Amino acid sequence: MGETGILAALPMNEFVFFINKGLLAGLIIGSVYALGAVGVTLIAGILRFSHFPHGDMMTAGAFFALILTAIFPTAGALIGLPTPFVLMPIAMAITALFAIGIDRVFYKPLRTANVKPIVIVMASIGVMLMMQGLIRLFGGTEARQMEAGSKDIYKIPFGGRDIILTEPQLLLILFTAAVVVALHFFLTRSRMGKAMRAMADNADLARISGISTDHVVRTTWVIAGSLAAAAGTLLALDVSLKPDLSFNALLPIFAAAIVGGIGKPFGAIAGGLLVGFTETLAVFNWSVLLRPLQPFMPEWLELPQKLAFVPTEYKIVIPFFILIAVLIWRPTGIFKGSLVK
Amino acid sequence: MITYRTRALLMISGTAVLVALVFAWLGAAYGVRMLVEASCFALIALGLTIQWGYAGLFNVGVMGFIATAAFVSMLVSYPVNGLFWNSAGPAMLGRVGLYLVIGVALTFAASQTHLLGLPKKYRTLVTLIVGAATYLAVTSALDPAASLIEAEARFVGGFGMPVWLGWLLGGIAAGGLGWAMGRITLGLRADYMAIATLGISEIVKAFLKNADWLTKGTLTVSPLPWPVPTPTELGFVMSRASYLAVTATLIVVFYVLLERAWASPWGRMMRAIRDNELSAAAMGKDVNRRRLEMMVLGNFIIGIGGAALVTFSTIFDPASFQPLNHTFLIWVMVILGGAGNNLGTILGALLVYIVWIMSEPAALFLFDHGATLANQLFGWEAPADLATRALQMRVFVIGLVITLVLRFAPQGLLPEKVVKYE
Amino acid sequence: MSLLEMTDIHGGYGGANILNGVNISIEADEIGVIVGPNGAGKSTTLKALFGLLRVSQGSIVFNGGPITNFAPEKLVREGLSFVPQEFNVFPTMSVHENLEMGAYIRRDDFRHLLDQVYGFFPPLKDKRKQPAGELSGGQRQMVAIGRALMTEPRLLLLDEPTAGLSPLYMDEIFDRIIAINKSGVGILMVEQNARQALAIAHRGFVLATGRNRFTGTGAELVADPDVAKSFLGGGE
Repeated sequence: MGETGILAALPMNEFVFFINKGLLAGLIIGSVYALGAVGVTLIAGILRFSHFPHGDMMTAGAFFALILTAIFPTAGALIGLPTPFVLMPIAMAITALFAIGIDRVFYKPLRTANVKPIVIVMASIGVMLMMQGLIRLFGGTEARQMEAGSKDIYKIPFGGRDIILTEPQLLLILFTAAVVVALHFFLTRSRMGKAMRAMADNADLARISGISTDHVVRTTWVIAGSLAAAAGTLLALDVSLKPDLSFNALLPIFAAAIVGGIGKPFGAIAGGLLVGFTETLAVFNWSVLLRPLQPFMPEWLELPQKLAFVPTEYKIVIPFFILIAVLIWRPTGIFKGSLVK
Repeated sequence: MITYRTRALLMISGTAVLVALVFAWLGAAYGVRMLVEASCFALIALGLTIQWGYAGLFNVGVMGFIATAAFVSMLVSYPVNGLFWNSAGPAMLGRVGLYLVIGVALTFAASQTHLLGLPKKYRTLVTLIVGAATYLAVTSALDPAASLIEAEARFVGGFGMPVWLGWLLGGIAAGGLGWAMGRITLGLRADYMAIATLGISEIVKAFLKNADWLTKGTLTVSPLPWPVPTPTELGFVMSRASYLAVTATLIVVFYVLLERAWASPWGRMMRAIRDNELSAAAMGKDVNRRRLEMMVLGNFIIGIGGAALVTFSTIFDPASFQPLNHTFLIWVMVILGGAGNNLGTILGALLVYIVWIMSEPAALFLFDHGATLANQLFGWEAPADLATRALQMRVFVIGLVITLVLRFAPQGLLPEKVVKYE
Repeated sequence: MSLLEMTDIHGGYGGANILNGVNISIEADEIGVIVGPNGAGKSTTLKALFGLLRVSQGSIVFNGGPITNFAPEKLVREGLSFVPQEFNVFPTMSVHENLEMGAYIRRDDFRHLLDQVYGFFPPLKDKRKQPAGELSGGQRQMVAIGRALMTEPRLLLLDEPTAGLSPLYMDEIFDRIIAINKSGVGILMVEQNARQALAIAHRGFVLATGRNRFTGTGAELVADPDVAKSFLGGGE
């Protein structure tokens, strides 16, 4: 084989399996959650309501990308990347405008009428149902591939087996990393970024300082809408475009935002990765990893065929459990976000 | 300005007209069935209006509470499954239960070790480890039990008790689940309760769908026993009518009790808490405790209504629970009817349910004709799943109604009567 | 022409009026102090001035122009600045960022202003990177006032700047306020520590039940036995 030292001692097949199906899978879904959670936490921190339509906004963004891909199918070939990804910025822009429009029509009048925050949450559930209905009305309910043809696969040899990463997955990871960097600079260096932090911290004082609520609100929707579109598109590119896919991501995304602390975008990213990893590792079949150790274990301890903490059908329990745990032990989240009642 | 009285009368007569139309058009058997279902929804809506209208609680997991109550009711009232009781199933389940009880007790003890002097961060770690061990022990004991039960007896069956007892215990179970949700989320942002209840309802549904040994899963349990003679014995109209008598009685009973409660000093206190929480809290009222009571009471009524609804359908099918039909539809009933107004909620439920039932054939009709027309005019080919898509239009309309009502008529059709003091 | 003229102001939070005909006037470069018992409408007057509640009757003229019921965002650009009594900093943002937010409406280079603020409040210079929420009460108050100074206001409104502070910090804050005033900024402040506040005031207004009761220079009011008996309380 050729490997020396510690690498030879590790059971490489199983370890690569763990990397592929455990770590990488967790990173991938965690990145999707992270991108979604940033928008949710900003909306919750600045506009002070839980944005229930967020999952469907992700689906809408993916559909915009799908339509664009149908109109400009060769765009990707020009650059050498998947077409939906190349056209994704346009889909992000469209979704951002869409988000601003929805706010203008549905939420702003309620804010002006000074209703209790919970009423706006209710209205957002109404918006969620409208979006769900429209999306399934025009798009149907079955799954679609974002792009015809197969995806590029990258293989990184590692100890005799390959670590497998598809091109969409690689793009997702790189995009999320870029978002992290961009967010950092935006929030700490730019005038608007700091104004957003100020508004999330103390909305009245922000107003008193002359910060325009309208501008901040609009920027919030731009960020939330475009990142939701990116999350939805990249997820659909990796798996397939199915309306239910994004709704199923809603609870994990909420959990991620709450874990990270409301109003804290980096907390949301950390939360998203946490939820993604926990989810994936909880349903991971640890038997595979432990099997090489079988000879070292006592006779009566027999490894079952499948040893997972949680059966795959109950995957949804994990983000819920994380959510409940945070609400019980540390409602302000890891990064101590706001706890406005 | 339309007076309250006029509004109420208008609503009642409007509903009556609709009902009469349905009877005339579709016949008595269908009409009574629709009324029974509507009455069950009215009960559920009553429970929800208590939570929202009086305590400001945002319960988005109504589906889960309905499913819980329906399940418990099924478990209690379904005939006994001899195959199960004759097998090793009960013993194995007993063992699982034992592990569960011991494990939970140990975990609780672990969480209290700080009293013995253990530093706080170790306490969390110890509790987590003990909790995880409990979980693993219970699940690994449960798996073989479940497989055995499914292989030998299909599922555990029921306890063969009277149906009304099933409904009662179902309501209590739903109330208990509501208590847990309330304990965790009250005192935090109101939307946390929404998120938590949404989550728990999905989990309850997933559990009931997958625990074949308990519910037969997708194979469904039927026929569910009724509290009144079944259609085979009395004919459709008569048996359904007697079912309606039961549910209508329940509605009247709860309505009277609730109206009385609101008129009492306790009701005034609840209103005070809702209308001005800060000063109520300053006066020493334990705001969250009261709201927790509302959460439990509301879910109890939701549970009874839910058990009645599912029992009427005679099938317990976990996959049939849908957030749209079992949560959001009821929210429309509450918002439209007038949150916090019991009469308005009941009427709203009837009204909305009738329109909802009629909307299915109406949507299909519309889309079908629209597609034919478009085909003739533009040569447009309808997609194969047009029927399914047509029904999605209803989802859109429900959402639209919610946003429109919140925006333009947040008090609903029958706003709460404001009691004036001289 | 006065810098600020509030004439016959009536207003409240929606229900009954709290202010029933308040008159305030301040010249440029003056320190004006509003005192009075609880519920007199002192803070309400400031909030009415700054557009935080509705004025139903009366007029406010600032710098020669009417500003009645202008929104706070607009007033900041007109040369008014407001320091609320509570929640007057951005707690998770650093001292430096708080000051930056104070200067939000400025598009020019305001570094000289930062130096000026640090000059008024030297303790802040060392803590400039610290989150404002972690500072002591007195230092937080300094941040709050500093934030409001970043727009170079003609008139600075302070709502109970020494509330909850120890006597040592109270004196320090009053000293700073005098220094700020000397640099050319008009001050209108509401104070509970009436005696000490009036001692540094050019103009004093005693309010009760939403109306003016006594008006005069700070020294006059302190010396007036009626005022002292009814409103200034035992030595504080």
